[in-house]
Amino acid sequence: MDLTLSPSEQAFRDELRAWLADNHPGEDPPGEDAAFDHRRAWQRQLYDAGYAGFSWPKEYGGRGATLVEQALFGEEMARVRAPQPANVLGLVMGGPVVIHHGTDEQKERWLNAILTGDEIWCQGFSEPESGSDLASLKTKAVKSNGEWVVTGQKVWTTFAHKAKWCMLVARTDQDVPKHQGLTYFIMDMEQEAVQVRPLHQITNEPEFNELFIEEARIPDENVVGGVGNGWGVAITTLMNERAGLGAAAAAGVRIALEDLKELARERGVVDDPVIRQRLAQLTIEVELLRLNSWRGLTQIMKHGVPGPEGSLPKWQWSDVNQALTELAVDILGEDGAAWDSPWTYRLLRSRANSIEGGTTEILKNIIAERVLGLPKLR
Amino acid sequence: MNFDFTDDQQAIKRTANEMLAARFKPERVRELAEAGKHDDGGWKEMSELGWAGIFIDEDHGGQGLGVVELVILMEELGYALAPVPFLSNAAAGLALQFAGSDEQKERWLPGIASGEARGTVGMVRDGEARLVPDADSAEVIVLIGSDGSTSVVPASDAEIEPLETMDRTRRFARVRAEGGEPLAGDCFVARDRIATALAAETVGVAQKAMEMAVEYARDRKQFGRPIGSYQAVSHRCAHMLLEVEGSRSAAYYAAWCADSEPDSLAAAASMAKAYSSDAGWRVCGSSLQVHGGIGFTWEHDLHFYLKRAKTNAILYGSASEHRERLAELTLQPAATTAA
Repeated sequence: MDLTLSPSEQAFRDELRAWLADNHPGEDPPGEDAAFDHRRAWQRQLYDAGYAGFSWPKEYGGRGATLVEQALFGEEMARVRAPQPANVLGLVMGGPVVIHHGTDEQKERWLNAILTGDEIWCQGFSEPESGSDLASLKTKAVKSNGEWVVTGQKVWTTFAHKAKWCMLVARTDQDVPKHQGLTYFIMDMEQEAVQVRPLHQITNEPEFNELFIEEARIPDENVVGGVGNGWGVAITTLMNERAGLGAAAAAGVRIALEDLKELARERGVVDDPVIRQRLAQLTIEVELLRLNSWRGLTQIMKHGVPGPEGSLPKWQWSDVNQALTELAVDILGEDGAAWDSPWTYRLLRSRANSIEGGTTEILKNIIAERVLGLPKLR
Repeated sequence: MNFDFTDDQQAIKRTANEMLAARFKPERVRELAEAGKHDDGGWKEMSELGWAGIFIDEDHGGQGLGVVELVILMEELGYALAPVPFLSNAAAGLALQFAGSDEQKERWLPGIASGEARGTVGMVRDGEARLVPDADSAEVIVLIGSDGSTSVVPASDAEIEPLETMDRTRRFARVRAEGGEPLAGDCFVARDRIATALAAETVGVAQKAMEMAVEYARDRKQFGRPIGSYQAVSHRCAHMLLEVEGSRSAAYYAAWCADSEPDSLAAAASMAKAYSSDAGWRVCGSSLQVHGGIGFTWEHDLHFYLKRAKTNAILYGSASEHRERLAELTLQPAATTAA
């Protein structure tokens, strides 16, 4: 057991810290478009320095970073509160899917523009009738004259109005069990048949969108992983979404905890025994998120698969992030009701944490069935 | 970065698991617990294997290994619910090894390491230590006051009153003693390591209670299907995993800090003890709920785990006390509250 960084890991972190000290882009400017442009420029900076998609294999423009380096990268970015790169979904999900399942032509066509941020990617998985039960989705793709004609509706599509490409899962066969009739497409968003409508969430921001797709066209060469294999390909992207994010998430909540302690000091409640107990409990849970994440990474590096603790960080993160904001708003008292309070925003925004990227209930099902070996309900 | 045991440490864990499983079958634990007795043969075997002195330096008869190795044993002892005076003796060993003077080490550590002249530790409040494991069979008692004072007292100089507790797998007593000689080092040097070891014991207890719940939920059928297929039950079990693995990460981390990064130990130890105290009780209680009525009977073994977990939670600082300590360590005092 050695929880210190190896010399090469230490060197990697030092180099990254030094680079960040000189290149931090600052906070996003106000206004959605200005903020997005800021993040696109930031991604270009990351790309030029070799940090964009740096977990990707070297032959595809990445650095082949180890899991520890990826975790350190996430920690450092969170620590300095760096903005997300504009094309985060392309970097974390789209690129890895094309690398794992794509043809040489597809890699040639898409990978570089993902890294540079020149082409933004979005994800068309969830539908109004298919949330946790993703495989029941109904958006339909029919082959006609060598291309696919797609009709349906998608929801919770981040960056849809900025995106050039959509990772779209659609049903191509109605007559087989639900997991087998799906195909994974890369759909061009720049066509009349795809309409994007902003979806205002409880914070009243349009962070997400709805997609209305009416006979959109997708050329056959944009099928990834073969017709009928969409479920397996989509699962890769979801795994990529979850793997290795624990350490970065832990660093993020650690910073939120520091903000919370600062608030407690400002409001003069750090001597209140109840507040002290709650702050201490959150301190523990933030630390456990970090420790479970690192234990999980060690298991993956040693055995190729996560241990039981690897299934926990996303659930822990949502619980602790929600609890942090609840304590902050308790401390604020009547000021906690104010719409312009940043903590009130965080209180509301964090309600989605236990839903987005897999609900806590689905995560508990996965743990019960796959980790503990309990019988399935279905 | 490697947050896992070395091959040697894995071997210790495996050996301990196998030895304890063979020796402490459920019937045997029940027999000893109902009689309120230790397993003297088991203690002798452990001592001969070097467990009692695993972290004690070789000059004083120990194995010269670390708190990580101790924590490995503690977890397995909790898992097996071993009715042996291990925790008490290890606590005294930790206090003397890390905070004792040369003379104190010379006098007491060899007996602790060999298991032949055991020690224990009690926390004194209002002149009395009210929950001291194995005091009636110890040779030396380390008393730690709530004011941070310490004293090392030969058991023959102490007033020891055996105490019946809910946890029948171990023996406890109340202790009053005057005099004695203070430890050379700070009380927290001892307390943090003891809290770490105890947290690891609770991990083992909770792990077993969780496994019992999962097994029962797979086998027990109601309304025509295994109860573990109902989410009201399966999600309860998933929550047990969350708390067991969190406790485990915290205990292992604190043990690593004790051996390799002592500056981080204070916060890590209080985190481990606070979290495992709550988690151990909740996991065992949740397991009882999964078992339903049978889990509430004396004939089922689960109550031995529940009671040991609760006693561990109470012993050597409650969750609330350790959270307050963590708050002291991590919250800078408000600038405006002075005077």
